[in-house]
Amino acid sequence: MPDVKIRKFLTIVEEIYHEGGKPVAKPLKRGAIVAVIENPFAGSYHEEITGFMKDLEPLGLDMAKRLVAALGGNVADVEGYGKGIIVGQAGELEHGALWHAPGGYAMREVLGGAKAIVPSSKKVGGPGTRLDVPVTHINASYVRSHFDSIEVGVPDGPRANEMAVVLVMTTGPRVHARSGGLKAEDIKGEDGLR
Amino acid sequence: MSAEIRKITVFVEETLTEMGQTISPSTRKAAAVAVIANPFAGRYVEDLTPLIEIGAELGGLLGRKCVEVLGISPAQVESYGKAALVGEDGELEHAAALLHPSLGKPLREAVEKGAALVPSSKKRGGPGRPLDIPLGHKDAAYVRSHFDGMEVSLADAPRPAEIMVAVALTDSGRPLARVGGLKASDIEGKDGLR
Repeated sequence: MPDVKIRKFLTIVEEIYHEGGKPVAKPLKRGAIVAVIENPFAGSYHEEITGFMKDLEPLGLDMAKRLVAALGGNVADVEGYGKGIIVGQAGELEHGALWHAPGGYAMREVLGGAKAIVPSSKKVGGPGTRLDVPVTHINASYVRSHFDSIEVGVPDGPRANEMAVVLVMTTGPRVHARSGGLKAEDIKGEDGLR
Repeated sequence: MSAEIRKITVFVEETLTEMGQTISPSTRKAAAVAVIANPFAGRYVEDLTPLIEIGAELGGLLGRKCVEVLGISPAQVESYGKAALVGEDGELEHAAALLHPSLGKPLREAVEKGAALVPSSKKRGGPGRPLDIPLGHKDAAYVRSHFDGMEVSLADAPRPAEIMVAVALTDSGRPLARVGGLKASDIEGKDGLR
């Protein structure tokens, strides 16, 4: 299995002060990191593709560390996460599924054992394709204040023989969260759900 | 008047390979985008001085953000650019007031020197519109290797009564520059052109 060939990284960090309501003292940060990499299976059908998941693990770890650093460097600040992938046009959606295991592994490893399933989205697309990456609380999927999504895209990627793998993290609830439901301070954090 | 900022989003793009060639050191660009309230949305106001003052504030703030995320000293900045995207209830002249009279001086302080004109673009549009920020060498506008641009967009901005103000900086030129012209290493850097 070939090494992962990285063309570029794109890192995006938002600091949100308000959305029409009272400005918050500490802005909510929402971060995303995208790596545009070569798709080793582009152009033809390959039956066996699972070996690439292991190859993606070091990249995932590197991306998760870069993203935490971009959000200020403190692992304890990260409260929400998600992942996604855009597969270039010479690939298939199934190639995108290869990101599930290494992307989730990388964030859990770096965040010190987050409990909740990492929500994800995937699609096939071309340069500039936008992807809405879902976000949920890292330890309890049902925390309503942390449901969110982050739109990402790379103007010149992915090319047909590439894929753009994405990790996202947030530092708190939506800036004016007030729609009830399970609160972050009330979770048990055992089953990953509540 | 100071800016009423809803959010600030920072983008960092790092290119490691292009057309199979390793880019060493990798080229890096950063853009910082502030989403601000347009104090003159929906009405004609003759005197745009408040927007000129906001432009001065944002030139320094966004310039410093870019330098910070690139992790370089101000003197290491090689090229720069600025742009604004005005929400539908504003006018193009609002972008001009933000960008042209006063944004440049504090931006130049943030990047040390900056003899060249800061290239710019402006337009009006709704949320999610891509904004292309032109880039040129900060001390000599004719440096051919540094003519470039950086595309940014925000899914939720600008709303009708908002304006996106963007500054982009780089620590490098294009990844595989090879079309000749004035080289960065040969500039005088006095008149802003050569």
